[in-house]
Amino acid sequence: MKKKLVIGWFTFTCSEDNTILFVELFNQYYFEWKDKIDFKHCKILKSKNEFGNFDVAFVEGAISTKREEDKLLEIRDNAKKLVAVGACACTGLPSGQRNSFNEETLAVIEPFLKQFRLRKKIVPLSDLVKVDDSLPGCPMVPNQFVSLLGRYFQEFKVK
Amino acid sequence: MMHSFDITIDELSKIEGHASLELKVQKGEVKDVKLRISENRRFFELGVRGKKYNAVPQLLSRICGTCSAAHLMCSIESIERALGIKPSEQTEILRDLTLNGVNIRDHAMHLFLFVLPDLFGKDSVLEFDDKGYEHELLQKALEIKRVGNLLSTEVAGRAVHPPFPTVGHFLHVPSKDKAKSIISELKKIRESAIEFVHIFYEKDFRFEMPDIDFMAISSKGYSYMGRGICTHSDGYCIPDNDYNRFFKERVVPYSQSTGFSFQGKPYMVGALARMNINGTNLHSETRKSMTEDNAFPSYNIYHNNLAQAIEIVHCIDSSIELLERCEFKQENLRKFEAKECEGVGAVEAPRGTLFHHVKIDKDEIVTYSNLVIPTAQNQVIIEKAIGKMVEQRISEDKGKKAIEKEIETLIRAFDPCMSCATHFLKVKWSEK
Repeated sequence: MKKKLVIGWFTFTCSEDNTILFVELFNQYYFEWKDKIDFKHCKILKSKNEFGNFDVAFVEGAISTKREEDKLLEIRDNAKKLVAVGACACTGLPSGQRNSFNEETLAVIEPFLKQFRLRKKIVPLSDLVKVDDSLPGCPMVPNQFVSLLGRYFQEFKVK
Repeated sequence: MMHSFDITIDELSKIEGHASLELKVQKGEVKDVKLRISENRRFFELGVRGKKYNAVPQLLSRICGTCSAAHLMCSIESIERALGIKPSEQTEILRDLTLNGVNIRDHAMHLFLFVLPDLFGKDSVLEFDDKGYEHELLQKALEIKRVGNLLSTEVAGRAVHPPFPTVGHFLHVPSKDKAKSIISELKKIRESAIEFVHIFYEKDFRFEMPDIDFMAISSKGYSYMGRGICTHSDGYCIPDNDYNRFFKERVVPYSQSTGFSFQGKPYMVGALARMNINGTNLHSETRKSMTEDNAFPSYNIYHNNLAQAIEIVHCIDSSIELLERCEFKQENLRKFEAKECEGVGAVEAPRGTLFHHVKIDKDEIVTYSNLVIPTAQNQVIIEKAIGKMVEQRISEDKGKKAIEKEIETLIRAFDPCMSCATHFLKVKWSEK
């Protein structure tokens, strides 16, 4: 059976702009990628998703809850490579804008932080796990994503 | 047989963002429906306070990847209304073109990647046949999406978080040659877009809610930009800058989002609402090319999909006309005087009426921001629709598995956007 690149696509706290851009890249690359990629976990495309043994996990968004933190650690344990996709995953911003709110504004949001068990500080992925590659930008630069994918095709011997 | 069961769907798929659902049925009666929008809050309304007015639209665009241009337009309009800036006719046309591009691209993503598999009894487009009818259909779908993306890119600089639109004008305008090439691409996808209207008309599901109300911006030419008035399905009109006297926030304690009601009643926004209210204002070429628009007004929730398919054709026809009619020239920002002021912007985002309300001080600093989001407005009606549909299917003796599948399909028909719905600071509004 032909080897495919097994990927997972995950999103945390963000605008999901990179997921949208990923889907927009299908306009050009869908039929090529379908042949080379096993979309093992990709909630935007399908409901029957499987978790584990990923060659590459693409992760969009910053981490704003303990639940997200636990999920990120689980993804890291199950992926040979982990890519931080977009500004929120790479830098924590703009989703983490509340990190720099003044005391008066923080007092306004305090009840929500407690009610929904949000972390005190929103953090980028690299604060919690090893990140193998980063695709910065809000959103990422499409050609950088395509080029990185090409590199992974080579690395994982996908033809 | 009296049905009693619980359904929990932890992660709804093929929608924008994160949401889950809990449903309780006892003796054939739905006792509880909870749609939990679990996307985490990012507090944009507080984040823009203290920033200069012209930095705000691009920041608010970051609320949502797929609706970014709608947020951008709405924020710009709210600031212009506050500062008393009247955009040129050319700028208004470029904004119409930008929103046409968004609607083609965004509706195409929803219809072709999320909904089409339901119509063909498949989980995903990934399961579509590698050749033959399904393959050709998918090729056409991706081509429509590509051209929508192209229109946004050429007019606004990018499909996601477009950089050209700004307060007062556009930083860059399309050349005559670019306009010609976009027209040619739009003409090539038109026939396929009409074919999809036929498919959604013939193949989509049926679930009616005759007691539902609708809300959309009224516009002469089915434009997505606010022209000052919103209309209710009863024909009741309100000025859009008076929105907070009419819409009442409903706290949804288990959700990161907030629900809304209009004069005490839940209502629906989006393509179905627009077609029910403004369908006769579609582009004349669009109306000439199909009969499916006669399905409106409609109370079939699944007709939100058909309405989106028709809107794609309208956006193509409207864009061809605008691009053929206009020759764009670089314009300078119109002068204005800084002052303490406030303004409300209203646009039809792909998923429905979007409001941005802004207050600015004499130093051009934003002191207040409030946003009313389409998916948050629809949250109450989505839960009601699920409850009603489940009871209806139980009475038809449908099994739990089939019901669970249709719940996801029905939620998808509303085309919810969870990223948009959860940026909120709760505000207390008084009902009129």
